[in-house]
Amino acid sequence: MDTNFWVIQAFNGVSYGALLFLLASGLSLIFGVMRIVNLAHGSFFLLGGYVALTVIWTTGSWLLAIPVAAFAVAVVGLLMERTCLRPLGFDPLRQVLLTVGFAYLFQQAALDIWGGDNLDIVPPAVLRDSAVVGGYYFPMYRIFMIGVAVAIGVILWLTMEKTRIGAMVRATVDDAEMARGVGIDTSRVSMLIFALGAFLAALGGVIGGAFLGIYPGLDFAILPIAFAVVIIGGMGSLTGAAVGSLIVGLADNFGKALVPEVSYFTLYAPMVLILALKPTGLFGRE
Amino acid sequence: MTMDNRRKILMVVAALLAVLVITPFSGSYVIVLVTHALIFGILAMSLDILLGYTGLPSLGQAAYLGMGAYLTAVLATRYQFGLDWTFWVVVVLGILIAAATAAFFGLFAIRATGVYFLMITLALGMCVWGLAYRWNSLTGGDNGIVLPPRPEFGIELADDVTYFYLVFGFFAVSLATLYLLVRSPFGHSLVGIRENELRMRILGYNTWLHKYIAFIIAGGYGGLAGVLWAQAHGLVSPEDVILATSVDALLMVVLGGPGTLVGGAIGAGIVVFLREYLSTLVPWWQYVLGGVYVLTILYLPGGLMGLPERIRGSRMPAAVAGEVKSLPSVSH
Repeated sequence: MDTNFWVIQAFNGVSYGALLFLLASGLSLIFGVMRIVNLAHGSFFLLGGYVALTVIWTTGSWLLAIPVAAFAVAVVGLLMERTCLRPLGFDPLRQVLLTVGFAYLFQQAALDIWGGDNLDIVPPAVLRDSAVVGGYYFPMYRIFMIGVAVAIGVILWLTMEKTRIGAMVRATVDDAEMARGVGIDTSRVSMLIFALGAFLAALGGVIGGAFLGIYPGLDFAILPIAFAVVIIGGMGSLTGAAVGSLIVGLADNFGKALVPEVSYFTLYAPMVLILALKPTGLFGRE
Repeated sequence: MTMDNRRKILMVVAALLAVLVITPFSGSYVIVLVTHALIFGILAMSLDILLGYTGLPSLGQAAYLGMGAYLTAVLATRYQFGLDWTFWVVVVLGILIAAATAAFFGLFAIRATGVYFLMITLALGMCVWGLAYRWNSLTGGDNGIVLPPRPEFGIELADDVTYFYLVFGFFAVSLATLYLLVRSPFGHSLVGIRENELRMRILGYNTWLHKYIAFIIAGGYGGLAGVLWAQAHGLVSPEDVILATSVDALLMVVLGGPGTLVGGAIGAGIVVFLREYLSTLVPWWQYVLGGVYVLTILYLPGGLMGLPERIRGSRMPAAVAGEVKSLPSVSH
């Protein structure tokens, strides 16, 4: 196990963490604002990948596929929130089962539309190269993933910290009742956050599709990992989602390389410990 | 015991007798389906102790089924243990290992409330799944473990009808013992915790301990379901402990009617029918499964068992009909 191993594994871990950030930042905001355990979040990821494939097949444009997929899935999320989740009111158990129901419906729809094969999103040639730095080969695509995550992270952070709508979201995360009391339309905030979460997850699906492949079952495979990120980082916190993504990305990579037999256990056991000791996560707001 | 209660018990016993008498004369596939439904019925009833009676929505009940199932498979394939009368020892061990796991997990989970309880039980369930999926040398990883033919001790469990009788027996005993449990003072204290934990604490109850014991008991029954499932299916794999199994168990309880025990068993019958039978008939069966989830949540707050009361309630003035038993709220 030389330096080469550590550099490559660390880089892989960070780039996987970047992908997780796209998926988990939205989940974290949804959890923070609405206190919903959204088990359909993996479906948004998968649907994003599938819609992107259709756009690529029809127009041939990978660049166009990214926004189209993200916005299309955002609309799906928005409709789901308005028609079914909102009328339920606050009831964690029923909300969670409702999102599972939707996850199954999405799964079946995806199977009917795109079939059961393992599909691949092929990025443009320029991203299929490798960059050579100090004798190490770094795949361009992984560098691109990190770049996208950083860009999205900065945009989200600026929006949350510097804008009026961001302040409304933060207020709702801290204390929804108080926020309503001072005249914030928390129902609209929830709607926006749920759509944004779906948007980000779908974006993750398009970006991650070139990396993980797009196949039936990916939705429930990636979902618990996203929850590990959210819990470790802390619900409703962007910083938490970023740090949690890095931790989980690195833990996943090194775990699989060093202790393969317990590699998933090394992800979920810390999640249990944090929930038991500090349920708000490392960076969650008290 | 009130007349109403006696009538309900008689109805349940009659329904059980009907299942017992009719099933062996049905097709061989129906016998297998009913056997599976009864096994998941035990799992759903174990979850109902937590969800329906104590108000704890566990998202990781499949973990205990997995402990019982993997124990059975490992003992059978590695040590050739449990292939004869020692099957009964495996049943006891399966219950014990699942209860012990629950006792360990409960130390972390019981303090959490509301949405955090959902999350921590999900994480605990994923820990078990992670080990099942990755610990190749013990669990066979993704491929799982194929079991040898079912035990034989004078009677041959390999025969599906015989095995159905055995599972039916375990189901009936589980239902009866769980019914006695929820009717006991301990069971009433659980309901008290569900309704208002703070009040119970003020009354001097150690609510943490009560919830902890309920958690362990539920784990034990889950382990029993696991042993029976391993022998019924003949294969134990990570598929048995995935999140979807835990979520399905929750749906069974909510669909049938939480806080009724038999409701969970009815829900188990419906979900097993959809997953195992409908899926062989039509390729779009998941629309039905997803639809059942969505419709149950939106339109069936008290589950199927709550329907008669709701229908009666709509005919009578609300004040006379009394309150409709609905899903326990898990907000905090």
